[in-house]
Amino acid sequence: MKVLYFAWLRERVGTAEEEVTPPAEVATVADLARWLAGRDEAHAHAFENAAVVRAAIDRRHVKADAAIAGAREVAFFPPMTGG
Amino acid sequence: MFAVRIQAEPFDAVAESAALGAGRTDVGAIVTFTGLCRADAGPDGTGLAALTLEHYPGMAEEEIERHVEEARRRWPLTGAVVVHRHGRLVPGDPIVFVATASSHRAAAFAAAEFLMDWLKTSAPFWKKEEPVDAARPGGWVEAKASDDAAAERWSE
Repeated sequence: MKVLYFAWLRERVGTAEEEVTPPAEVATVADLARWLAGRDEAHAHAFENAAVVRAAIDRRHVKADAAIAGAREVAFFPPMTGG
Repeated sequence: MFAVRIQAEPFDAVAESAALGAGRTDVGAIVTFTGLCRADAGPDGTGLAALTLEHYPGMAEEEIERHVEEARRRWPLTGAVVVHRHGRLVPGDPIVFVATASSHRAAAFAAAEFLMDWLKTSAPFWKKEEPVDAARPGGWVEAKASDDAAAERWSE
């Protein structure tokens, strides 16, 4: 699946998007965040305060317990500040 | 007419508003809101040289469209236009435009406020500040609890 990062998550990870293949036990958005955080120091820094990180699956907002099965695109970002 | 646009270019608020009434005689009220980049923002209020707005292409349009659909379910709107800019903007630049049209003013006022409140908290945009004083660190604007509260009151 494709993982996208925005704002300071993008800056900390060092890329706007990456293709990942998480193992089967990574079932939810929260699992995916934990799994990504374990990849390297940059990802760990991005997800160090996981409670503030928001997520979307296929361009729709989801909660941390949302299942990622079948997702094409999972995005992680800070709370929004548009308008 | 119902339209949502995300663009780097400036918008013409007068033309956008006029389009909501053009060619029809059932529109009794058009409410418009324009949000501008302010100079008194910035770290500790020390002044802002510019803002850079990042967005999630695709989702930004879709998320605003979902709220326009919700506004149409709640109020008898004859039209609505939302334009949100991205990229680097300086103080005085318009950032966002919302216009709503209806037969009567109450629906147009309420729908415009509803759209702006949801846009602030759920449309995927992020502002990064560039301070006037280059020695000070710029940074990502933090979300405000008051914006969350403004959006949440529509759920009551």
